[in-house]
Amino acid sequence: MSSVARAIRPFASRVISQKPLASACQVSPAFRFPRGTRSFSQSPLSQVKKYTESHEWIELAEGGKTAKIGITDYAAHSLGDVVYVELPEVDLEIVAGEPVGAVESVKSASDVLSPVSGKVIKGNSVLEDKAKTINESPEGEGWIAEIEVADAAELDALLDEAAYKETIDA
Amino acid sequence: MSSVRILTRGVDLAAARAATLNLPRASIGSTVLRRELSSAAIVRPTVRRSLKANALVTDVASRAANQAVRYASSSSEPLSKTQLYDLHLEHGAKMVPFAGFDMPLQYADLSHVESHMWTREKASLFDVSHMVQHQLSGPGAIDLLKKVTPSSVDKLAPNSSTLSCLLEEGTGGIVDDCVITRRGEDSFYFVTNAGRRAEDLAFLSAEIDAYRSKHGADSIKWEILADRALVALQGPLAASVLQPLINTANTPSSETDLSTLYFGNCRELYLTLPDGSATAHPLLISRTGYTGEDGFEISIPTSGAPSLPRQVTELLLTDSSKSRLAGLAARDSLRLEAGMCLYGHDITTAQTPPAAALGWIVGRDRRDPVSATFNGASVILSQLASPKTIPQRRVGLTVEKGPPAREGALVLDISDPANPVEVGVITSGLPSPSLGGANIAMGYVNQGLHKKGTELAVKVRNKVRKATVVGMPWITSKFHRPPQ
Repeated sequence: MSSVARAIRPFASRVISQKPLASACQVSPAFRFPRGTRSFSQSPLSQVKKYTESHEWIELAEGGKTAKIGITDYAAHSLGDVVYVELPEVDLEIVAGEPVGAVESVKSASDVLSPVSGKVIKGNSVLEDKAKTINESPEGEGWIAEIEVADAAELDALLDEAAYKETIDA
Repeated sequence: MSSVRILTRGVDLAAARAATLNLPRASIGSTVLRRELSSAAIVRPTVRRSLKANALVTDVASRAANQAVRYASSSSEPLSKTQLYDLHLEHGAKMVPFAGFDMPLQYADLSHVESHMWTREKASLFDVSHMVQHQLSGPGAIDLLKKVTPSSVDKLAPNSSTLSCLLEEGTGGIVDDCVITRRGEDSFYFVTNAGRRAEDLAFLSAEIDAYRSKHGADSIKWEILADRALVALQGPLAASVLQPLINTANTPSSETDLSTLYFGNCRELYLTLPDGSATAHPLLISRTGYTGEDGFEISIPTSGAPSLPRQVTELLLTDSSKSRLAGLAARDSLRLEAGMCLYGHDITTAQTPPAAALGWIVGRDRRDPVSATFNGASVILSQLASPKTIPQRRVGLTVEKGPPAREGALVLDISDPANPVEVGVITSGLPSPSLGGANIAMGYVNQGLHKKGTELAVKVRNKVRKATVVGMPWITSKFHRPPQ
C-alpha cells in the first residue's frame, strides 16, 4: 500500500506543478493571431513556417536547407498529457505524408506526418526523457524532428498560419 | 530491414485471421474515444491514425456517427443527452460521442492524468446515466436470470449484488457484462452497458418472450428505468463526501450509517438538500464501482422531480477540495488499472467467462452439468473442468519502458528471436498514471502462455517490445468490506 502511495504522489505533484515554459514560440490555445506572420521572425527572407491540416508545423531554418517539424499548439492541447514521443531514426528517408514520429498521451497514440519529403538529421532528444515538453512548448522546445528538406518549394503548397487557423476554427 | 518486412507480412496475416475470427482489432493509434465507440461486432480496419483524427473532435464525432451501433443508424441521427448534459457543459467538459450519447471525456479543471490521480487520492463523480438500468420481477424472475446468466441469483441476499454476464444460447459467449442486485424475494435491479443497449434489449426480449409463452404473460415483469439518472462517486473520500448528506430524519441510524454499507450492498436513502428538506425520492445507493476504489453508484429517480439528478450532483460536488467531476478518459484508465473489462474490447461474444478470466462469476452451485441450465452451460462447464481446452485466455501484461501497447497490438512469442510467433492480441493498454507511467495492458494469449511470469513481446509500430504476463489488478482494490 505505502509503496503504491509513494509511487503515486511524486507523479501527481510533478504533473500538477508543471507550468508551461515561457517561450517566444508559446501560443496559448485561446490566442488568435491578428496577423499572418509570427512576431519572432527575424529574417523574413529565409524563415518560413507552414502548417498541415493534420496539425503538424514545419519551419525552415535560415538558408532553407533544413527544417524542424513538430505538432501544433492546438494538437498538443487536444491530446492532453503527452507521455511518450517516438522519434525518427537518423538518416531515415521520409516522404511527405508519411510518419516521422508518433506522440502518445495516456488515452491515445497519433502518428506525426512529415509535411514534406527529406532526410532526418536528428530527433529532439529532449523528448526522450521529457515527453511533456510537447505540452509545454509544442511549437518551440517540443519540436520532434529536424530534417534536411529535399525541395523547399514543397512548403509552398502547405497552409500558412491564417489558413491553418481557419481549418481549426471551422 | 528484411526482418522488418517479414514482421510486416506477419501483421497482415494476423489481421486477416483476426478479422475472420471477429476479434476486436484496432489500429495502433486506437484512442479511448474510438475504442469506446465501437462494438465488438465491428471489425475495425487496420489504418494508421494521424493527429488529425485524434485532435479534431468534430472528426471524431463524424466517425462516431458512422460507427455507433445503437440509435445512430445514420450519421444524421442526433446523440442522446443524459440528465446532466448542461451541467457537463457548465464545467467545461470536452464532450465526445459514446454509445449514442454525447458524454464528457474530461473537464476543464483537470487533465486526464490529474483527474485519474484525483480519483485515487480523493473522490470523483462520474455521470454514468447512459448505462441501462433494468427492473425485473415476478415469479419467473429467478428462473429467467438463472437461464441468461451463470450466477446464483437465488442465493443473493436482499439488497446485495454480483457482477455477472448475459450469455448467448449455445456458445456461452458473453452478450454483455452487468451487475445484478436482488431487491426483494423475486425482484431484481440490474445495470447493463450503453454500448450494448440494442443487442441486450433484443436478447432479453427474446428470452423473456420465450419464458412468458411457457409460463404466462404475468410470470415476468421487465422494465427499463429510462427516466433514472446514475452517477458514480469513487475514491477514498467518497464515504466522507456522501455521509454528511444522508438525511437522517425518520430513518434508523443503522440504515443511514454508511460504514455498515459494505461493498456489493445497497440501500435506499434520502439526501438532505441545502434548504434542509429531503430529496423528492429516495436514491438507490450501491456500494460498488468500476475504478478499484471504494465508492458508490447512485440511481436517481426523476419522476415529478426532473432536477433531482442535478441537485444530487451539485450536493456531491459541494466541496471541490474533495470531489470533482471526472469523465470517460479517467474512467477508462482507472478501470484498466483495476483489471476490469471494457465490453467490446476486453470481452465480446467471441469469449466465454472462463476464457475471459471471469470463471468466478459462475456460481458454485451452478457447476453441476446435470442441473446447470444456463445458456452455454455445456461449453462453459467443460472449460472450467478442463481449462487447458480454452484456446486463448485473458491476461494482464506489463510492457517495457517505451510506447504503450494498445488495443490491436500483436502479442508475440520471441523465445526464438529469429522466428517470432504471433500468440495473441492486446485488447486494452495504456501508460498507467498510478504506476508512474509504466505500460500496462490486457489481452488474450494462447493457452499455456497465460501463466504469470511468462516472458512475451508486443509489437508497437513494427518494433518488438518485451512484455511479461502479470496478475491483475495493478492497483490494490480498496473496496469497503465487512471486518473479518
